[in-house]
Amino acid sequence: MSELNSALEHPTYNYKVVRQFAVMTVVWGIVGMLVGVLIAAQLAWPALNFDLPYLHFGRLRPLHTNAVIFAFGGCALFCTSYYIVQRTCQTRLVSDKLAAITFWGWQLVIVAAAVTLPLGMTSSKEYAELEWPIDILIAVVWILYAIVFFGTIMKRKTSHIYVANWFLGAFILAVAILHIINSLAIPVSMTKSYSIYAGTVDAMVQWWYGHNAVGFFLTAGFLGMMYYFVPKQAERPVYSYRLSIVHFWALVAVYIWAGPHHLHYTALPDWAQSLGMVMSIILLAPSWGGMINGMMTLSGAWHKLRTDPILRFMVVSLSFYGMSTFEGPMMAIKTVNALSHYTDWTIGHVHSGALGWVAMISIGCLYHLIPILFGKERMYSTDLINTHFWMATIGTVLYIASMWVNGILQGLMWRAYNQDGTLTYSFVESLEASYAGYVVRVIGGAIFFSGMLIMAYNLYMTSRSDVVSQPAPAAASAA
Amino acid sequence: MASFWSMWIIILTSITFVGITWILFANRKGEKRATDNTTGHEYDGIQELDNPLPAWWFYMFVLTIVWGVGYLILYPGMGNFPGVLGWTQIDQHDRKVAAADEKFRAMRDRYMALPIEEIAVDPAVRKMGTRMFSNNCAQCHGADAKGSYGFPNLTDGDWIFGGTPDAIKHSITKGRQAAMPAWGTIIGDKGVEDVTAYVMSINGRSTNDEHAAAGETVYQTYCVACHGADATGNPALGAPNLKNGIWLYGGNPEQVSHSIRAGRNGVMPALENMLGEDKIHILTAYVYGLSQ
Repeated sequence: MSELNSALEHPTYNYKVVRQFAVMTVVWGIVGMLVGVLIAAQLAWPALNFDLPYLHFGRLRPLHTNAVIFAFGGCALFCTSYYIVQRTCQTRLVSDKLAAITFWGWQLVIVAAAVTLPLGMTSSKEYAELEWPIDILIAVVWILYAIVFFGTIMKRKTSHIYVANWFLGAFILAVAILHIINSLAIPVSMTKSYSIYAGTVDAMVQWWYGHNAVGFFLTAGFLGMMYYFVPKQAERPVYSYRLSIVHFWALVAVYIWAGPHHLHYTALPDWAQSLGMVMSIILLAPSWGGMINGMMTLSGAWHKLRTDPILRFMVVSLSFYGMSTFEGPMMAIKTVNALSHYTDWTIGHVHSGALGWVAMISIGCLYHLIPILFGKERMYSTDLINTHFWMATIGTVLYIASMWVNGILQGLMWRAYNQDGTLTYSFVESLEASYAGYVVRVIGGAIFFSGMLIMAYNLYMTSRSDVVSQPAPAAASAA
Repeated sequence: MASFWSMWIIILTSITFVGITWILFANRKGEKRATDNTTGHEYDGIQELDNPLPAWWFYMFVLTIVWGVGYLILYPGMGNFPGVLGWTQIDQHDRKVAAADEKFRAMRDRYMALPIEEIAVDPAVRKMGTRMFSNNCAQCHGADAKGSYGFPNLTDGDWIFGGTPDAIKHSITKGRQAAMPAWGTIIGDKGVEDVTAYVMSINGRSTNDEHAAAGETVYQTYCVACHGADATGNPALGAPNLKNGIWLYGGNPEQVSHSIRAGRNGVMPALENMLGEDKIHILTAYVYGLSQ
């Protein structure tokens, strides 16, 4: 690989760290989604935990979420942010050494998570399950990441800072704050600690973190990705600079308030619940600002969708983004939440964002990026990208549709009562009724997962210096 | 909440509202830029157009802000200000519960006036009881009420704390704590072995007679207080009958000796606050009916 690396070295930019993160994005995507398919199957067929504690749903579920959010999503963000910040500031990363440390440090975090979570070591905070020594490692790596990113911005050769970097900068800053404040804990041993917050305050801090992991990690970061790669792939100018300004500031100002909608009708005081709900609804417009800017950037380039599956990935991801950012505020309304809370609807909502938006925009961007990183004109096979596109779309639709049905079904069954005032259904009856949805989810997830394997093959073939890419489809070259 | 923190919330919320409104209106329409409608910036070949905010999006944003202000006037949200409507979630809950109580009061009063033995055979009561049982009891006692390891069978006529309507009602209402002390350190390994043998012998099972004889002495010293001289138990103390072949924690010698050595702790939770007197009355009738 060292020969290959030196042959691929860019005279100005550090592509090595970008390439490393790009490859690991695909690897961790496969790992994280495989675990996801397994635990989805466990919900349909519980015997699949094989009576082993290490394969128990309760331990693998956080492994799945950590792997897809922080390993797959995190590597995608490191990869694209290092690429974007260099290209749009027209300067090399401020330090190759620090960048390399962030790569190896982040991989170490992921491996540590993959070992400790199945062993049952957990702080029990959702999306922040890792124990304190790993939390400290994350904080260190993240601060180095901020130094590399903002250091590069500071030595930029352009007069302004491109909008993609606003979002990436906000994401890096906010995640640092969220991670450090939420993870504050008192260690009792190397593998166990207790949160410094208690009771309702702990719950509120946890969901302030939890929802902004969505808001800043999975939204702001990936919007930054979108703002570079969509205009690049479409070869069109960004639709509206002023829309960028308004929706950026509104998004970062309002998202930070939305956490309490995870705690409707709980011990959280009424005022906090109300503010969480109000801000969640106001969040609709700022969220859609990003979708509009991405979609409208394609005006004048819509015909490219016929031949360019990479652009299809991006457009469909923006559609899922728009859909899930409409669904989110709706579910934050107390009366809707009273039905949807604790049901599979929430899981479906998360995955319309996670599969439809986060994964598909990342995949689209990587297909744009990988040939550049490996010195090729295009990916090895455009047909395989197209196949992957359809698998990802169908997989996502099956997943979220089955969870909508299950969620609404569960919500209605749990609240149904008879003429005599007793509940119509027992909990286990709602579980029984959910079985079909669980099976459909496994199928959808497996299709999405298989698409990632096709991507890995395409990546491998593109990376080989002795393989020539297949000719682009005729229509594509005509366009 | 202290007035400082209340003000803190009000000020931060207001800053957020004013800030987003300002940035929205300040950028609504711009001055005319270059004739090609770009901002003049270029990043790695990417240009930016300076199109105005889409009108529908602008008005949608304004609408949500106005709605948000209205909501925070009507409902709690701005610190200690309770909102014009005076709404609270506790009050919403209480009103719904009161409405349900009102609706079902006649039925409740009718059943409450009748003795358990009588309503236990009423098909309507049995139907209600089944549903309540499956949501509140089946998790431990099983959907068929036949129990499982550590959770008593409710259909076999054997009652650890008594099977009269009053006793069952008490078990559901107040819960039960069935504590078998750990005797290992008191009677020693030999004592545990001997008592186990004795318990086997009174159940007519083959065992070491010598141990059983020694065990009887230990039994009559330590175990008799709760399980009784004849080992038929004492419902007042929740001490099970040791001679009827029903074993909550298993009846083989290993399991019995473990119970003696390490003790057992059975807990039936109190459902008083969750269900209330009227539902417990019906549930009691259902459970009572299971073994009649």
